Amino acid sequence: MKISEQWLREWVDPAIDTDTLARQLTMAGLEIEALEPVAGEFSGVVVGEILEAAPHPDADRLRVCRVSSGAQELQIVCGAPNARAGLKAPLATVGGVLPGDFRIKQAKLRGVESQGMLCAEAELGLSEANEGLMELAADAPVGADLRDYLGLDDTVLEIGLTPNRADCLGVRGIAREVGLLNDCAVQAVSCAPVAPTLDETFPVELLAPQRCPHFVGRVIRGVDLSRPSPLWMQEKLRRSGLRSIDAVVDVTNYVMLELGQPMHAFDFDRLRGGIRVRCAQAGEKLRLLDGSEVELHEDNLVIADHDGAAALAGIMGGEHSAVRADTSNLFMEAAFFTPELIAGKARAFGMHTDASHRFERGVDFALQVQAMERATQLLLEIVGGQAGPIIEQTADEAMPQRPDVTLRAARIGKLLGFELPAAEVERILSGLGLGVTAIDGGWTCTVPSWRFDIAIEADLLEELARVYGYNRLPQSSIRADLSITRHDEARLSLRHLRRHLGGRDYREAITYSFVDPALQAIFDPELAPVALANPISADMAVMRTSLLPGLVGAVLRNVNRQQSRVRLYECGLRFLPGPDGLRQVPTLAMVMTGPRQSESWANATGASDFFDLKGDLQSLLNLGRDAASFEFAAGQRAGLHPGQTARITRKGQEIGVIGALHPSAAAQLGLDAPLYASELDLEAVLDSALPRFSEMSKYPEIRRDLAFVVDREVPVAQLLGEVRSAAGVYLTDLTLFDVYTGKGIDPKRKSLAVGLTFRDQSRTLGDEDVNPAVGQVIDLLEKNYKAELRN
Amino acid sequence: MENLEPLADAAKAAIAAADDAAALEQLRVDYLGKKGQITALLKGLGKLSADERPAAGAQINVVKQELQELISARKAALDSAAVNARLAAETIDVSAPGRDQSCGGVHPVTRTIERMEDFFGSIGFEVREGPEIEDDYHNFEALNIPAHHPARAMHDTFYVDEHTVLRTHTSPVQVRVMENEEPPLRIICPGRVYRCDSDLTHTPMFHQLEGLLIDEQSSFADLKGVIGEFLRAFFERDLEVRFRPSYFPFTEPSAEVDIQCVNCGGSGCRVCSQTGWLEVMGCGMVHPKVFEFSNIDPEKYSGFAFGMGVERLAMLRYGVNDLRLFFDNDLRFLEQF
Repeated sequence: MKISEQWLREWVDPAIDTDTLARQLTMAGLEIEALEPVAGEFSGVVVGEILEAAPHPDADRLRVCRVSSGAQELQIVCGAPNARAGLKAPLATVGGVLPGDFRIKQAKLRGVESQGMLCAEAELGLSEANEGLMELAADAPVGADLRDYLGLDDTVLEIGLTPNRADCLGVRGIAREVGLLNDCAVQAVSCAPVAPTLDETFPVELLAPQRCPHFVGRVIRGVDLSRPSPLWMQEKLRRSGLRSIDAVVDVTNYVMLELGQPMHAFDFDRLRGGIRVRCAQAGEKLRLLDGSEVELHEDNLVIADHDGAAALAGIMGGEHSAVRADTSNLFMEAAFFTPELIAGKARAFGMHTDASHRFERGVDFALQVQAMERATQLLLEIVGGQAGPIIEQTADEAMPQRPDVTLRAARIGKLLGFELPAAEVERILSGLGLGVTAIDGGWTCTVPSWRFDIAIEADLLEELARVYGYNRLPQSSIRADLSITRHDEARLSLRHLRRHLGGRDYREAITYSFVDPALQAIFDPELAPVALANPISADMAVMRTSLLPGLVGAVLRNVNRQQSRVRLYECGLRFLPGPDGLRQVPTLAMVMTGPRQSESWANATGASDFFDLKGDLQSLLNLGRDAASFEFAAGQRAGLHPGQTARITRKGQEIGVIGALHPSAAAQLGLDAPLYASELDLEAVLDSALPRFSEMSKYPEIRRDLAFVVDREVPVAQLLGEVRSAAGVYLTDLTLFDVYTGKGIDPKRKSLAVGLTFRDQSRTLGDEDVNPAVGQVIDLLEKNYKAELRN
Repeated sequence: MENLEPLADAAKAAIAAADDAAALEQLRVDYLGKKGQITALLKGLGKLSADERPAAGAQINVVKQELQELISARKAALDSAAVNARLAAETIDVSAPGRDQSCGGVHPVTRTIERMEDFFGSIGFEVREGPEIEDDYHNFEALNIPAHHPARAMHDTFYVDEHTVLRTHTSPVQVRVMENEEPPLRIICPGRVYRCDSDLTHTPMFHQLEGLLIDEQSSFADLKGVIGEFLRAFFERDLEVRFRPSYFPFTEPSAEVDIQCVNCGGSGCRVCSQTGWLEVMGCGMVHPKVFEFSNIDPEKYSGFAFGMGVERLAMLRYGVNDLRLFFDNDLRFLEQF
C-alpha cells in the first residue's frame, strides 16, 4: 500500500519528521518498505503555457514554441509529440535545475534559440512517463511554481502490510495507528449524509446472504463525465500508484484508498430490473472490464441484474455495464463480502485486484454507508448530478460476529514476561477502537468491525506488545530442568561421515531435489518419479529417485569449467514411489572423475578407476567397524557399465550400488573421462558396531605366501572367503597382495597371490601347525578353482 | 731408543694425514698392532738393562698412549665427516609441496547448520527431521493456515497433488513432534524447503532451521533472550538486534528479527538497502490454535517458535553475494569453505 505522507497528515499530524514516522510505523508492524519523494530534486520549474507551436525550420521532429512563463514570453524548442498551442506543461526556466543536477541554460537547437525546457513527468522524477510533455490541468495558474502547485514536497510511504492488517488498507486505518502511537487526535473526513435530491431507488436482492450479507447502493442521475477529477485527487491517486481514469473511477479509487472500502460504479442505463447478488450459474460467462471473458463457477459470487451477471463480486466489474465517457446515470455500489468465502476466487482466475486484495482480508462491515456518502459527496462536487436515497440491504444473520474477548491480567505476565499497568492496557486497547470494561482479574473487550484479526486473548496480547513496543519488552535467558540426553554410541553421526569424506578429498555438494526427467531416466528408467504439478521449469519437473542425476550434473558443470578432477558427495532424501506408498529415503552418493591425485610433482599420476571409489567407500564402511557385513557382487544398474558395477548388500538387504558410468550415458551427457559413482542408503552406513576388546597375542606370527593361477571369472571375494574358512583357527590375517593378468599367463586365467598370517594366543606356532592349514588351502584351491600353484 | 722420537713423529704425521677409516686402521696395525713398530719397541725392552728398562718402557708407553688417542680422535673426526657428508648428500628441498595434500570439506550450508545446531544444542535443543514431501495438513492446516488463507499466497507452494506439497518450511516437523512427544519440548528442525520462486534472490529450494520450545513457563522475554544470544553468537559480534511486529498464522505475537547490518555496522550500505538493518528471521509465541491442533493444553503450556533461512545467514556470515552459488556446486566456490 502506497500512501502520500501529506494525505496521512491531513488526518493526523504528529510533531515528528518523516523518518521518525516511518520508523514508528515499521516498529508497530506496518513495515515501511520504501520512502520515496514524490518528485525528484528540482527547482526553477513553473507552470508554462504553450501559446504557439510552429515547425522547426531544420528538424522534422522539433517544434519551436512560444511559451508563457507568466512573467514573460519565451521561445522554446521542443521535441515532444504533444507540444501544441494551449497546452499547459511544466516549464524549466533558464537557471533552473532538474533531477541529476541538470542545469537549464540558454541554448541553440539546430540553430534555433531555446530559452528553457518543457518537461515530461520522467524528467521531473514524477513517474516513468516519458512519451510526451506532462499535461497540466487547463486551470493551472501560469507562472506558479510547480512544486507548490502540485504539492510536491511530499513523500510516498510504501507500507508492506501483513495479511492480518486489512484495517490499514486505507488512510483511515493508518491514521488510527499513528494517532494511538503518538497520542494525538485523528481528524476523520466527513461522511455526512448527502440529502437526496431524487427519490429514485433500484431493487436489490441478497440471494447469497452468507457471501454478501450487506449491500449499499445509490442511483445518481445526470452526471457530466467530461469534467475531470480535481488535481488534488489525481495527485493523491498518483502517489498511491493509481493513474487518473475519469472522475467516477477516480472517486471510487479515492474512497477505497481513504476509507478502505472498494466500490463499483455501473452505468445505470445498462442495468435491467434490479440488482441480484447471487452465486453464478455453472458455465455462465462474463466479459470483464479488462476485456477478458471468464467462465463462472457455482462458487463465484456475481452482482447481476435481471439479464445476467454484471460484475464479478469483489473482484472486477463487467464490461457491458461499465461506465463510459457518455454515461450520465450511475448506480453506485459499496458492499461487504465474507472474506473466507471470497478468498482465493480471484486467484482461481489468475487475477488479483485492489478490491479482491481488500475483500479477502476483510473490509469493515460497518463502513458501506459512510463510504457511499463520501463517494456521493465527492461525485456531486466534481461531476454534478442528482443523488437518490441510500439503498441498503442487510442479512443480519450472516453478518460477521464479534464476540467479546476476555483478557486476563495474569496472562500478560506469563506470556509477555512483564507487567503492564492497567491504565496502559486500557489506553492501548481503547485507542485501537476496542470497548474495554474492567472485570475481576482482567478486562472484557468488544471488538470493532474493522478488526478481523482479534478473536482470542492472544490477539489482544499481541496488540499490547505491538503498541507498547516489542523492543521495550524485557528479555531473559531460558530456564529448564537439565537432564543428560541419551546417545546411541553404535550409531555413526552424519558429521563423522562428512568429515571422513572430506579427509578423503570429497567436497559436499547440494543439488536440487527436483531433476530433469530425461536425466533421471538414464539411471531409473523403470520407476515413474513423483512429478510436480507446477514445476518451475521442465528440467526441474520430477522429484529425484536417485542422487546420481544431480551429482553427475554437478560434475558435468565443473568439467565444463575446466575442472578435470572432481570428487563430490551429497546427503539427502531420494523419493521412491512404490506399492506401499512413497518412501523418502536418506541417501548418500559419491562421484569421482579425473586423475587419481591432484597434479603435483610428488603425486601419483593416472586416472582414477573403480577401485579408487570402492576404496573410499570401503574406508567409509570401515568407520562402522562392521565392514565385513557389506557384500559387493557383480550386478547391473541402468546408466552404469555392466562390467563395472557392483550391488552392495548387507545382511541380505540391498543397500546400494557402485559402478562406472555407462559409456553411452557418458557420451549422451558429453563426458569424456570415465566417471565412477556410488549410492547407498544412509541408514546402513550409520548403523555401526560398538568396539569390543580382544586380547592381543604375545607370540610371534608365521606368514606363508601362495601364488596361483585361476580362471579370470573367479570372484576374488568368494575365493578369499573360502580360503579363510579352509585355513583353520590359527589364521589371523589374509591379504590379497597381487593380481596379475597379461604376459606369461593364459589370457583366460589370472594370477593371484595371497599372504596368510597365522598366530595363536597361547603358544608359538611351528611348521607342524601351519603346514596342514596351508595344505588344506591348496587342496581347496586345486579342487574348487582348478588352481595351479606357481613357484 | 734414539729412534723413538722420529718414529713417533712419523706416526703422528701419518695419522693426521689418514683420510679414511681403512687407512687409519692400517696405521694402528702398523704401529700398535701385534707386529707394529711401537709394539716391537716394547718387545725390545728386554734387551735393555734393568736400570734403563723402566724409563724406556715409560717413554714408549707415553708415545703408545699418545698415538692411540690420536687415532681415536682422528677416527671420530673422520666418522663425523662421513656423517656430515651423508647428511649433505641427503639434503632435500623441504619447501617443495607435500604429497597428496588435497582435502575436501562440507558445503557452506552444512557448515552453517552445524554451527546453529551447536549453539542451540548447548542450551538443550535437539535436532529433529521429517519428510520433504508433506501433506497439506502438516504443512498448512495444523499451522493455522486453512485453505485460501491469504498467508498461503506468501508461500508459493509446489504441489504434487491437491493434498500433497513440497514442504514450504520445516514447521511440519514441529507439528509431527508435537503430535508424538509430550512437552517440555526443545527442538530444532533444519532441512530443505521448497518455494515456487526463482530469480536473483530466490532459489526454488533452500534451507531453513526452525526451532520450537514448549514449557510451562516460557514467555516472549525468553524468546527475545534466546534469539538475541543466538545471533550474537552466530556473528561473533555484539550486534544490535530488534524485534518488529509481523504476522505468521502459527505464532502470536509474531515478530521479524532485524540485526544491525553486519556489512556497514548500521550506517547504511548496499547490503542493507541503506536502512542499517538486515531482516534475518521470524519468530513468535506459538498460536493457541496450533497447540489445539496438536492436543497440547494452551492454558498449561506456552512456547515460542522461530525460523531462519540458512543460506541468508551463511551469505551474511561469509560475504557470499549470490544465493544461486549455493546450488551450482562449482568447486571453486565449495573449496572456499
